Amino acid sequence: MAEIEKVIVCEKLTKRFGDFIATNEISFEVKKGEIFGFLGANGAGKTTAMRMLCGLSAPSSGSAAIAGYDIYKEPEQIKRNVGYMSQKFSLYEDLTVMENIRFFGGIYGLTNQQIDSKTKELITTLGLENETKKLVGSLPLGWKQKLSFSVAVLHEPKIVFLDEPTGGVDPVTRRQFWNLIYAAADRGITVFVTTHYMDEAEYCNRISIMVDGKIEVLDTPGNLKKQFNAESMDEVFYQLARSAKRGD
Amino acid sequence: MRTLRFLLQKEFRQIFRNRAIVTLIFVMPVMQFLVMPLAADYEVRNINLAVVDNDHSPYSQKLISKVIASGYFKLTGYNDSYKDAFKLIEADKADLILEIPHGFERNLIREDKQKLFLAVNAINGTKANLGGAYLGSIIGDFNADIRMQLVQQPRFSQFPVIEIVASNWFNPVLNYKVFIVPGILAILVTMIGGFLAALNIVKEKEIGTIEQINVTPIKKHIFILGKLIPFWVLANIVFTIGLILARLIYGIVPIGSLLVLYIFIAIYLLTVLGFGLLVSTFCDTQQQAMFIMFFFMMIFILLGGLFTSIDSMPDWAKLITRFNPVRYMIEVMRMVILKGSGFRDILPHLAAVSAMAVFLNGWAVLNYKKTN
Repeated sequence: MAEIEKVIVCEKLTKRFGDFIATNEISFEVKKGEIFGFLGANGAGKTTAMRMLCGLSAPSSGSAAIAGYDIYKEPEQIKRNVGYMSQKFSLYEDLTVMENIRFFGGIYGLTNQQIDSKTKELITTLGLENETKKLVGSLPLGWKQKLSFSVAVLHEPKIVFLDEPTGGVDPVTRRQFWNLIYAAADRGITVFVTTHYMDEAEYCNRISIMVDGKIEVLDTPGNLKKQFNAESMDEVFYQLARSAKRGD
Repeated sequence: MRTLRFLLQKEFRQIFRNRAIVTLIFVMPVMQFLVMPLAADYEVRNINLAVVDNDHSPYSQKLISKVIASGYFKLTGYNDSYKDAFKLIEADKADLILEIPHGFERNLIREDKQKLFLAVNAINGTKANLGGAYLGSIIGDFNADIRMQLVQQPRFSQFPVIEIVASNWFNPVLNYKVFIVPGILAILVTMIGGFLAALNIVKEKEIGTIEQINVTPIKKHIFILGKLIPFWVLANIVFTIGLILARLIYGIVPIGSLLVLYIFIAIYLLTVLGFGLLVSTFCDTQQQAMFIMFFFMMIFILLGGLFTSIDSMPDWAKLITRFNPVRYMIEVMRMVILKGSGFRDILPHLAAVSAMAVFLNGWAVLNYKKTN
């Protein structure tokens, strides 16, 4: 293959809420199997952009193709091929671990056999053998987030969108979480992730940094550090975010 | 179809895992059903009567005991002057004053004619009106008795007397409960179904789980069906409990066919649940949904013909009732349960609620947006 498959192609994608332009003409491409870090200060427009890409929010203008499907014409096809983990924990807290997994497996149209094998695999990977019958609401946050991620990739999507998946999670669990991300990427799942942790940004293949609704830079962490003559991603981020006019 | 099965499984699990909701769904209607028909009663009893007896004669005593014996009145004052009796009305201790004039017995016998004075406290209009009417008819009856005793019946009475004998069809003894119980059951089913459906989707919006559903390729109508069916089943169960209670407690056995009743309920519930779901697609919080549902439920109930007759409403209100599903439900309940109406008789009602069901559910599916 001459060129690696592009799973996200975004062209001047814009979202307006009245006068406010949340996401302003962003254009970028993400390749298959890539871990793409989507950075930016609070209110920079990351979540809005991500919601458009996974079909939760209709763009005001611009175009995008996700997994080869047009964002306007084939939103349901896109949904078949993406997974999404929102900022807010959104599995059913009043269902058990097992029930949540089976429910989402069923909704994505997995066969009973697939659901059984996936469930088993997932529970062993996460080490949740003793928690399968516990209500999800009773799990600690770190476990919830890992479970949430595993459910988002249960149907083996082409792309998984993660919106601040490790917010409020302890460093050890964050490391475990990133191991899950790497494992998914190894299986060929493209990972599109937002984060505020700059050490996590270093784990990404490429990152973009959004400022006030626009993508200011997009490159590998190494190149960015060179470009900004910085020691760490922290410094790069700081230099860019300082110019932001939008606050929290 | 398989997706629907997963949705239903999830909904039922969530419903039955929530103890408070299960209790509310089953215990509340039972309690209401036990209490409401006994309390919400049109029949006026315990009318407080003050008597001013200026005559103190055997006849006046006889009249008073006849009034009390009717069971509708409670003698709260036996006064010698109208002034004292009126004080009772002012103190809210009496609703009616019956004044028996001096010389009541004598005039009645000698002159065959006597006037009585009746004063009514009209603040509680219904009570006063009905009380006055009851008292009037009791006195009329008393009058007839006396004449029978005193006057030798001539071969042909010189006064033509027409007596009207009414026979009450479908509710022979004019038992108010027979009339109100089917209506209350209709309201109960409506409230439970409507509110549960309205709050459910909004709750998912509030806690954010709907996002996780919206990123899946699930079809909108399947999702709505997954919300509709569980509450449809629950409302049917509540309805059945209600029918059983009506039989056990109030002895009300549907005269018409149960099948007809259940066919109508099946469609009617789709209308009510569709309405609830539609409301939920417009709201972001459970609070909003609750207020909107409350607003409409009040209209539905007050313009539903449960407490007041639709026939006596002004034309504009009658027009509104034609778009009120509760009205059809209450009518059908009374028709089938009390009158024994058959499938043909309720066809117009069935057509009306079917149209509303299609309209409301269609709108709910359209208005539920996976992408916004």
